[in-house]
Amino acid sequence: MKRFDIELTVGIFIIAGIICLGYLSIKLGRMEVLGNKGYDVIAIFTNSGGLKTGSSIKIAGVDVGRVKDVSLEDYRARITMNLSDDVKIQEDAIVSIKTKGLIGEKFIEITPGGSDTLIRSGERLRETQPAIDLEQLLSTYIFGKI
Amino acid sequence: MTWLLPLPHLMITLMSMMNFVRKLGETSLKSVHKLGHMGIFMGKSLCCALTPPLKIALLIKQIQFIGFQSISVIFLTGAFTGMVLGYQGYNTLSRFGSDAFLGPMVALSLIKEMGPVISALMVTGRAGSSVTAQIGIMRISEQIDALRLMGLDPYRYLIVPNILACIICVPLLTAIFDVVGIFGGYLVGVKLLGMVSGTYFGEMMDYVDMKDITEGLWKSLNFGVIISWVCCFKGFYTGVYTGFGAEGVSKATTEAVVLSSVLILVWDYFLTSTMF
Repeated sequence: MKRFDIELTVGIFIIAGIICLGYLSIKLGRMEVLGNKGYDVIAIFTNSGGLKTGSSIKIAGVDVGRVKDVSLEDYRARITMNLSDDVKIQEDAIVSIKTKGLIGEKFIEITPGGSDTLIRSGERLRETQPAIDLEQLLSTYIFGKI
Repeated sequence: MTWLLPLPHLMITLMSMMNFVRKLGETSLKSVHKLGHMGIFMGKSLCCALTPPLKIALLIKQIQFIGFQSISVIFLTGAFTGMVLGYQGYNTLSRFGSDAFLGPMVALSLIKEMGPVISALMVTGRAGSSVTAQIGIMRISEQIDALRLMGLDPYRYLIVPNILACIICVPLLTAIFDVVGIFGGYLVGVKLLGMVSGTYFGEMMDYVDMKDITEGLWKSLNFGVIISWVCCFKGFYTGVYTGFGAEGVSKATTEAVVLSSVLILVWDYFLTSTMF
């Protein structure tokens, strides 16, 4: 009985620890356990404005996916977006990089298009709008258009 | 010949200076010797830990002692650390109108620094000290020699279960500490100070990366090794470094707790500055 007690408590401890670890890494660290769900769409921007892997993708302010990869292609930013399956996007949808608040972090906003053809996994969205460079805007405002 | 008069004084000063230098050399030699001794100790224990006959029952007992019995302490300290972070963070951040970042602030400081360090210090105080005392008393009452005479390897019986248990328990305890702390911060930030709970958790998920969590885990793993290493070493060589008798054990225990706490904080700095 004594031995059983020790083993039971150790089991409880290990389970509690692993649950906490899992909570941290899956909920907060966004670790993907059951493979990649959803589908990938590619978009190319002239300026990613510091977008990171894991940044959120929103439609009308609602989270619909995450940025999977940011890389360079022909001196432009190639961004792979992972969207959830139940979100359908038209091929002429506009993808833009926006900033949360004035100095917050970057996210991607997708504005739905009017086309009938939906985009499929691995395809490229053509309508993109690069990140707004706040400093450039300010200098344009201060010094006038050059 | 009067000019020779201050010579004896000069000689005495020279001698005392030489004595000082000799003492310095002796202390440094001793500390180098002790460092080497600690290294050899760790090497032997690792060899024993990695070769097959592992005492599972003893390991389970040590996990129960180091891990399970520390849960209440970790829970309490974690909750209060998170709560105080919630308060302080809210007060500071609301000054800049950015109280929305309370969640990431609490989560990041807990996951990257507070969690690993405070839970390691707690484990040192609660379990490390008693491991040292236990092994120390076994040493001074010659139980370790008795084990050896019976043909049992004291490393396998005493040291390896402690080291493995620490390596398993400290990261798990840190994870518990982090989660409890985050909910402590939630309690203060959302329930007491009236933040929106979606902001607290949503911002947290945006800012915390997997990298931060692995950093915290890696740190706690390191601390687990430090705690078990220092505490087992101090206990195992009670007779050699701190003298036999009750006083020797008490001295060894104090040294173990102080040394491992200091090492945890110093090593934490170097880990943060070099690796992340």
